[in-house]
Amino acid sequence: MSVTDLILPGFFLLICVFGLYKKVDIFSAFLQGAKENVKVAFDILPSLVLLITLIAMLKSSGALSLITELLSPIAQAAGIDKNCLPLGVMRPFSGSGALAMFDSVIKEFGPDTSTGRIASIMMGSTETTFYTIAVYFSAAKIKPTGKIIAACLLADIASVIISSNIVDIMF
Amino acid sequence: MIIFCALSIIAAVASGKTDDLSSSMISAFEDSVSLFLSLLGVMAFWGGVMNIAKKSGLTDKISRLLSPVLKLIFKGVSKTSAAFSAITLNITANMLGLANAATPLGIEAMTELKNAEGGRETPTKNIALLTLFNTASIQIIPTTIAAIRGKYESANPMEIIPSVLITSFLSLMVGIAAVNILYINRKRKRYERN
Repeated sequence: MSVTDLILPGFFLLICVFGLYKKVDIFSAFLQGAKENVKVAFDILPSLVLLITLIAMLKSSGALSLITELLSPIAQAAGIDKNCLPLGVMRPFSGSGALAMFDSVIKEFGPDTSTGRIASIMMGSTETTFYTIAVYFSAAKIKPTGKIIAACLLADIASVIISSNIVDIMF
Repeated sequence: MIIFCALSIIAAVASGKTDDLSSSMISAFEDSVSLFLSLLGVMAFWGGVMNIAKKSGLTDKISRLLSPVLKLIFKGVSKTSAAFSAITLNITANMLGLANAATPLGIEAMTELKNAEGGRETPTKNIALLTLFNTASIQIIPTTIAAIRGKYESANPMEIIPSVLITSFLSLMVGIAAVNILYINRKRKRYERN
């Protein structure tokens, strides 16, 4: 047993109790929210099919391991797990692409290995930086500058490096 | 897309793995549906739970709790302004993993912040900080990741949460430091020019 086992059920209970206390019809609120997200999930299915196929092609042809080998000197210098580096590179550009890459890393190495944990932490601590900037700035009519992109990417790079090193401390 | 595809074919021909290539494509179609199915469950569940949180006013409560901290980061934004309340709601939605809600709130916060700070197209320091809060993942419970870990039979899909939180926090600090350094330089340069 560990504390993290209780996060999901505990959170679930807490929100339901609070909802009841505030006299919310929790059942219909749940169904409404769930339905909305089911629609979102269906919206990402086509891009998942495309990206998972592309990544499977890169992997089975040996192109991905070639890229990994090419990047490994950089990875080694910064103490990054070289098997997670393609994920780190993909992450700022595409959410579904990173998800597909993450899935393939976990499938190959297993979730409870060092590589699997690094990939999980990396995936959890970064976002689709370029996509987010593009969407937000074009909607608010702001020009993206080098400074903003630099600061955001620096945070992403920090995540990639820290996630590779924190595993030894935490596990 | 074409580059990835061409690269794969060239690499496969070069290494003689052409049979692997086509069979991997066929199994990828199946894999993508199985990934989709495991995401469908977690996304539906989480969307439902979070809608209860929204309806009961819990999200508003959390954003009120956050506002003193955010006041320290977003200097010069009035606590009673529309921009500030949009910022807190956007950051709360990001923390709770409400992706659907976070994007429109983020755009609203950006627009309000831009108008409050003179309406120029060049981003200000506060806009840079808000961008950072949206591009650094600050989600507290990484449900999608836990779902994929669970799909491949992790003994404890959630065990990564403390590490994710520490990593997110540290990288956010790196980003905030970077924004502060980059924007101090600009002011100095302006001063020198004057």
